[in-house]
Amino acid sequence: MSAYTARFRVWRGDAEGGGLKDYDVEVNDGEVVLDIIHRLQATQATDLAVRWNCKAGKCGSCSAEINGRPRLMCMTRMSVFTRDETITVTPLRAFPVVRDLVTDVSFNYAKAREIPAFVPPKGVAAGEYRMAQVDVERSQEFRKCIECFLCQDTCHVVRDHEENKGAFAGPRFLMRVAELDMHPLDAAAADGGPTRAESAQDDHGLGYCNITKCCTEVCPEHIHITDNALIPLKERAVDRKYDPLVWLGSKIRRRGQ
Amino acid sequence: MATGTTSSTPSSTPPGTPPSTSPAGPARIAHGVGSPGRAAISAPHLRTDRWWLPPLVSALGLAAFIGYSTWRAFANTHYYAAPYVSPFYSPCLASNCTDMNGGADWHLFGNWWGLSPALLVLIFPLGFRLTCYYYRKTYYRAFWLSPPACAVAEPHASYTGETRLPLILQNIHRYFFYLAVVVAGILSYDTVLAFRDPHGNWGHAGLGTLVLLVNIILIWAYTLSCHSCRHIIGGKLRHFSAHPVRYRMWGWVGVLNGRHMLLAWSSLISVGVADLYVYLVSSGAFDDPRFF
Amino acid sequence: MSYVERHAYDVVVVGAGGAGLRAAIEAREQGLRTAVICKSLFGKAHTVMAEGGIAASMGNVNSGDNWQVHFRDTMRGGKFLNHWRMAELHAKEAPDRVWELETWGALFDRTPDGKISQRNFGGHEYPRLAHVGDRTGLELIRTLQQKVVSLQQEDFADSGDYESRLKVFQECTVTRILKSPDGAVAGVFGYVRESGRLFVIDAPAVVLATGGIGKSFKVTSNSWEYTGDGHALALLAGAPLINMEFIQFHPTGMVWPPSVKGILVTESVRGDGGVLRNSEGKRFMFGYVPDVFKEKYAQTEEEADGWYTDPDHHRRPPELLPRDEVARAINSEVKAGRGSPHGGVFLDVSTRMTPEEITRRLPSMHHQFKELADVDITAEAMEVGPTCHYMMGGVAVDPDTAAAAGVPGLFAAGEVAGGMHGSNRLGGNSLSDLLVFGRRAGLYAAQYATGLGDARPVADDEQIDRAAAEALRPFGAAEAAAGGSGTDAGGPSGSAGEAAPAVPVENPYTLHQELQQVMNDLVGIIRRAPEMEQALDRLAVLRERAERAGVEGHRQFNPGWHLAIDLRNMLLVSECVARAALERTESRGGHTRDDHPDMDRTWRKVNLVCELSDAAGGAVDLHRRPTAAIRPDLLDLFERDELLKYLTDEELDA
Repeated sequence: MSAYTARFRVWRGDAEGGGLKDYDVEVNDGEVVLDIIHRLQATQATDLAVRWNCKAGKCGSCSAEINGRPRLMCMTRMSVFTRDETITVTPLRAFPVVRDLVTDVSFNYAKAREIPAFVPPKGVAAGEYRMAQVDVERSQEFRKCIECFLCQDTCHVVRDHEENKGAFAGPRFLMRVAELDMHPLDAAAADGGPTRAESAQDDHGLGYCNITKCCTEVCPEHIHITDNALIPLKERAVDRKYDPLVWLGSKIRRRGQ
Repeated sequence: MATGTTSSTPSSTPPGTPPSTSPAGPARIAHGVGSPGRAAISAPHLRTDRWWLPPLVSALGLAAFIGYSTWRAFANTHYYAAPYVSPFYSPCLASNCTDMNGGADWHLFGNWWGLSPALLVLIFPLGFRLTCYYYRKTYYRAFWLSPPACAVAEPHASYTGETRLPLILQNIHRYFFYLAVVVAGILSYDTVLAFRDPHGNWGHAGLGTLVLLVNIILIWAYTLSCHSCRHIIGGKLRHFSAHPVRYRMWGWVGVLNGRHMLLAWSSLISVGVADLYVYLVSSGAFDDPRFF
Repeated sequence: MSYVERHAYDVVVVGAGGAGLRAAIEAREQGLRTAVICKSLFGKAHTVMAEGGIAASMGNVNSGDNWQVHFRDTMRGGKFLNHWRMAELHAKEAPDRVWELETWGALFDRTPDGKISQRNFGGHEYPRLAHVGDRTGLELIRTLQQKVVSLQQEDFADSGDYESRLKVFQECTVTRILKSPDGAVAGVFGYVRESGRLFVIDAPAVVLATGGIGKSFKVTSNSWEYTGDGHALALLAGAPLINMEFIQFHPTGMVWPPSVKGILVTESVRGDGGVLRNSEGKRFMFGYVPDVFKEKYAQTEEEADGWYTDPDHHRRPPELLPRDEVARAINSEVKAGRGSPHGGVFLDVSTRMTPEEITRRLPSMHHQFKELADVDITAEAMEVGPTCHYMMGGVAVDPDTAAAAGVPGLFAAGEVAGGMHGSNRLGGNSLSDLLVFGRRAGLYAAQYATGLGDARPVADDEQIDRAAAEALRPFGAAEAAAGGSGTDAGGPSGSAGEAAPAVPVENPYTLHQELQQVMNDLVGIIRRAPEMEQALDRLAVLRERAERAGVEGHRQFNPGWHLAIDLRNMLLVSECVARAALERTESRGGHTRDDHPDMDRTWRKVNLVCELSDAAGGAVDLHRRPTAAIRPDLLDLFERDELLKYLTDEELDA
């Protein structure tokens, strides 16, 4: 395979307005979309704003929408497109735009702060933590998250409904709740308070999720956000609130006391 | 259901056509991706692949099944061809049921029930599937267009998800799972009875036996692959290491759960095929080939 | 200057990687108002790229491990040029720093008895690296990030404001350390990348935690942020840099496709059984075991293979030699024409581990090769080659307090600090370095700030005006060349404005590419005096051209402008590297001289120190400084025979 010229259409503008701009740009063997954006910067548009960092799919900085699909630019190989295809690159469309491909992702940082932190178990000193590998594996899957916020971007709950941003934490941070709920030593509910799953429903908008699985579809880390985090969280909330057998069991237990 | 007022037809847009670059383009919606502050792009989405295909196929598939099952549920006829009973009509709980020779025809409802007895029991599998996490995804996407596909704008002006009535009732999936286990148990009993010949003697197997057997295997696989089941079996535990047996079972259910979509569709088809088979045999259109 | 935004904090931490966040957490826990400034978004720092693990002698897998063994390995790895006190503190405190992470929610992989699992790594005698698969850096950064958030939640509960005592200024760049007339740190000057607004943070204590310098090289595993900012800021503030000639080239970076050339392939691949072969299929590392390591490494393939399952009765495979040795070996094989098709060698795990084991133990490597190179490492060999990875040199600091020499109020921790790793860093010692010295820097910065009371140093306005003019000069260059004025760049044009009309404006991207080429070709993994002299000449030209680097557009998120500013730092640091490398006429660790191939014991007694002749950005001065004598009880940890390889007879007999 040799070099060729590809047609790119990149969104240029800021919060005031903007539009898609066409560029013809060289593509070489083995390149990814981010390489092409960098070539544009170096040759045709020195002020083209783009976030990036590690270039290896580990930091989650270069999130954008390529041909309408939320993706990491560094992990989208040019070879997945045909040579005569126009490749459209836009900023994430669920967040306010700053400039060109850069969006204001502060929504995500605000949501991160709303999730109560890990509560260490009382009476266990540092160095004395003992956890079995099988018990940490579920939470470890969620800790693979690189916070690219593609799931937050694609989730229609906030993408299509700005007004839900207040009430809904989004898949990434509901997954954070699940991670802590499954942490073998988290003591958040140790003193009889609400479990993390209950607070997911009461405080973080778990009910908004209609499990249409787009978060899982776009996750570059292939985390099973829906099946392993969100649905288990819904099921854990059901345990406390709706399960007939659990309800009956707790009634009987209370009688017996 | 979907209002569809602003849904786009991008499938008809050739890849080379430039979307409007004007920030205040006429087609621009004022909410969602068109909200103030977001990148000014008038198109509700820029996907160039055939994103509309999966929801379309799902919609057609579900519609076909709903059509067929509605007809069969109200038909109240040709649902028993000894030794086979249609899964739509088992258990058969009204006095107007055909006699099933030791089958699950328990006349609990007496003779005041004059409609099809299928209507008494179909509510359970229907409820199970209606509240199933996979089916929810499918019909929210295919019928409700909420969203039609990832990063494709949904047409609704507001959205509250499953936070309030009626959709908050999706949380009772757990109840339906318990009931679905009972129904699957009864269908298993029916399948066992299918190893008798039409006169009630054991040691028979016909094509119908095989059909029912495949169906019940798929029904069980679908039922056990359910997310509620996965949760009850082990998912709810905090420390797998303290429950090694449940942890292993959770692993097995997890393998099934990974194929939940496949099992949802294949068991849906198999249950329709099983009913159709009984219908064909019962109506005399087809003669059940006998293996032994 | 009225348009400069102004804040005041007790401690400012520049950089939000492992060291920066750990320092900020410590300063905040000491009760001080702390600001963290980072160039990227919060949580994206280059620390996420660390794969292998955190070295700490917890002894969970082999109970023979303790801090003394770790200390010994670290000194050997650094060829005894390490500051012994830093290596000692590091080895002693690393376990506590790792255990502390667990109380903040970190989830490391576990041993069967529920402790933190530890893996083998190059240069470490025992399995020592606490890890999470091959994404340990991500776990570290996320844990620290979440600890910051948890402290902010506490502050919110107290004051109703999340940022009342700990604030992260993300996507901001610091361009100058501000000082009071008597030379003490008074704050920092910088700009907001998003808006281009300039700002000053008044603060008596500044912790530099900016990481490395890799972006001066063409083939590097480092991200764009690694432009040597902290090194240059320290120089410009009057602090000396040491050991700048020592740059670690990681032996295994990707070599294909070109766009990802340099991206790291974790050392765990070798620790878990990956072997290196040349194009003839030979495991060539057996031919490259240097004399100092002869007794510790296997001589045959059988012996090496036995080590993976029975390490007590076999010597380790030579693939696990320290990084500098492996990098040089690969370089030699490729030069001898025994390289792979894309100019590397083959690294193979597929013949030694089952596909399931590979995807479980090396998930992100599997993912990285699948997605970026279309190579399935469970079935094929990887192609790898050396890549610029880590700067051993940095700000000369006090080992206990992390305070920079000569500038009161300035502290440095992590990769930007020098001394800890000597001439070569062991894998896994970086993350532990970040935690140990990040905490110390935060602690002592807080103590220093507290000790000042109300008598805080103040920067004069003229200094701020100069910093503003310097930051905006790239716009001035463009304006001057265009012969116009009145763009929205704002601010007066700098000195280049007057000189510019006759000469063309330089494209910062072009300058950067040329710099990378110079450093890669002339001051790279194998060095020669004439080449380095040539490099110094070309760097001088580049530095002069960089004065005219100009950019188009406006100040809002303008990457061309950002690069133009970063160029100053990269050029300064590159000059230090080239000068120090030319001066040191021996080969040691991350410094290999073709014309002086042997290690020389007398050179061990010397640290090379870079300083600026004047803070306005004058010439780089290089001078020699004797290394600190190693405490006798620490020397006693080694056999005399081994010490003789590194220390002169006089030192040993003293």
